[in-house]
Amino acid sequence: MKQQHVPVTVKPNRERQHRMTAAVLSVVLQGLGQLYNRQWIKGICFLILEGIGLAYLIPRLNQAVWGVWTLGEQTQRFVKVNGSTVLQQGDHSIFLLLNGIIVLLVFFVFLLLYIFNIRDAYLTGKLREEGKQASRASASLRYLLDKQFPYLFLSIPALGILFFTIMPILFTITLAFTNYSAPDHIPPAKLVDWVGFKTFTDLIQLKSWSHTFFGVLTWTVIWAILATVTTYFGGVLVALLIEQKGIRFKKVWRTIFILPYAIPQIISLLLMRNLFNGQFGPINTYMKAFGLEGLPWLTDPFWAKVTVILVNMWIGIPVSMVLILGVLTAIPRDLYEAAEVDGASAFQKFRIITLPFIMFATTPVLIMQFAGNFNNFNVIFLLTNGNPLRGDYQYAGSTDLLVTWLYKLTLDNNKFNMASAVGIIIFLIIASFSIWNFRRSKSFKEEDMIQ
Amino acid sequence: MKKRNNPMRLTISYALLVIIAIVSVYPVLWIFLSSLRPGAALYSERLWPEAFTLAHYGELFTNPSFMYGTWYLNTLKIAFFTMIFSTLMVTLGMYALSRFRFRGRKTILSTMLILGMFPSFMSMIAIYIILLQIKLLDTHAALILVYSSGAVLGGFIVKGFFDTIPRSLDEAARIDGASHLRVFTSIILPLSRPMLTYVALTSFTGAWMDFIFARLVLRTKENWTLAVGMWDLVNRYQDSNFTMFAAGAVLIAIPITLLFVFLQRFLVQGLTSGASKG
Repeated sequence: MKQQHVPVTVKPNRERQHRMTAAVLSVVLQGLGQLYNRQWIKGICFLILEGIGLAYLIPRLNQAVWGVWTLGEQTQRFVKVNGSTVLQQGDHSIFLLLNGIIVLLVFFVFLLLYIFNIRDAYLTGKLREEGKQASRASASLRYLLDKQFPYLFLSIPALGILFFTIMPILFTITLAFTNYSAPDHIPPAKLVDWVGFKTFTDLIQLKSWSHTFFGVLTWTVIWAILATVTTYFGGVLVALLIEQKGIRFKKVWRTIFILPYAIPQIISLLLMRNLFNGQFGPINTYMKAFGLEGLPWLTDPFWAKVTVILVNMWIGIPVSMVLILGVLTAIPRDLYEAAEVDGASAFQKFRIITLPFIMFATTPVLIMQFAGNFNNFNVIFLLTNGNPLRGDYQYAGSTDLLVTWLYKLTLDNNKFNMASAVGIIIFLIIASFSIWNFRRSKSFKEEDMIQ
Repeated sequence: MKKRNNPMRLTISYALLVIIAIVSVYPVLWIFLSSLRPGAALYSERLWPEAFTLAHYGELFTNPSFMYGTWYLNTLKIAFFTMIFSTLMVTLGMYALSRFRFRGRKTILSTMLILGMFPSFMSMIAIYIILLQIKLLDTHAALILVYSSGAVLGGFIVKGFFDTIPRSLDEAARIDGASHLRVFTSIILPLSRPMLTYVALTSFTGAWMDFIFARLVLRTKENWTLAVGMWDLVNRYQDSNFTMFAAGAVLIAIPITLLFVFLQRFLVQGLTSGASKG
């Protein structure tokens, strides 16, 4: 719509009223301001949305706030009705909490919409005061498809993330501040209560819990470092080995070495579990054939840890190898030629050119791999299941990482509050690590400079 | 400059390469040969069986306590639909985040990164309860829904790829009057075929292999996926039914492995573009 510079004939103080009137009308009833601005379709859309919102929220909001606040007041109990005993349903704290969070989230979305509606009415009113025509529905639609295009594209994934990622995380975080755990606070038989930071202080202060927590944490950190370093430098080594001058059939070697990565992890890990079987597994069979004792691969705490690292190398080195091979091809040839002119030895060339280049290009990946190993559920769970057991630990074994411990706390032992607290701690460690890494990486600082 | 080819160094290198090759291949060969070995035991004195049999493969599909065929179809179905929806969601979302500068963009990027760092099953109980309430528990739709809606969080590699497509291309098309949608479908999509293949492949294999979530959601044996079924087999029978496990493992691994080897170069591309751009 072309803007025309026609002198405005309306009086100044009448002008101011458009935006105020529209905004106030929109405060009173969502969409009314748009109708006042003669944006009929938009106004009706807003009105309908408000209707849906109110119809959804009015019967639920009160209950939701009550539910989240109290987590229920009555347990289920037996009541005598006409001489026979009947089980009367009580409040289910967890359903109350989750439903409450859902309703509050919906409320939040509508609140945003409501604010948007007021702002929109105000701005359109202002446009009218300046003598410009308010845009019509078709123009709005075109505007939506043009300028608001990214929002349109993002809205579908955003909805999925809201319901299946954000909300569950919110819910789980809140659990850490309740006493939702077996045996005393499992609904529907019992109620759950808010306990504040008690779960966290228990985790640090109670001897039985803190011993397990720090023990598992220490092993998790050691594991994450070892797993990352072994696979990374293993990958560098293999890649350099293949790329050496004079090695033939480079492609064949590469294809063979990539094989462990290509096999689905669940298969290779279950396979390894059999391979390292202390009694019947082929590894011990061969060792015995050479007159050796054979090792308690999966049953001894120390050897179980060694096995986990070894198996992880088998799975992880191919990934690093592929990555490093890619990086190697990007090193400018003339660097090497210059070095050769200066009479550098093979090792010097590696130390001065190759290694710094690889390190520079792959540090972000290295750090992400560390974070991934910190949470490497599959390797531990499928290979050792955290075993061998430890008597002095609370529900954890010698090879359990924080994540697998979390899993056991949740699904096997119903210690939901403790599991949530552990989850929050894992998150804090990983998140601080990764955000620091992300912020210093190129992609965040200069992403527009690539082109 | 003369080319020195130290024979000593080369010999050692070849020896190392052969050793690594053996280590890489041995477990695979072992499981394959085990699947052809008569009997059911894990223990065997030699790698190469004295006799070969295909009975274990047949047994997979005929053994009534073991619904391998059903699980295979289930897994295929789930993985296929997850692949379609995830690829769609990731491309849409990441295209918007890569190409447009709009308010809240950096916030969205950071939020996504942070969300991706929560241990995934920290949210499992909540998802379990939600699925229970919307009556999707023990259905395949639930798995597909949850897998695909989480996929966007892992899409940074795609964004990195879109970032490298010169913006002058779509600007020119815009000047010629093409709509955003049209630019997306006729310029960006064809250019990013390798990346799309990579995403489709990883989401397919991701759903194909996922174990944790599938075990939580799928309660009845007919609805299980291969991962859950195979885990159950190893966990319950340990070494008494090993050859059947081996046969099952071979049938699961072969298609995925072939796909991977075939699509290696996309993999390399994906990993390296992820490397240089975080």
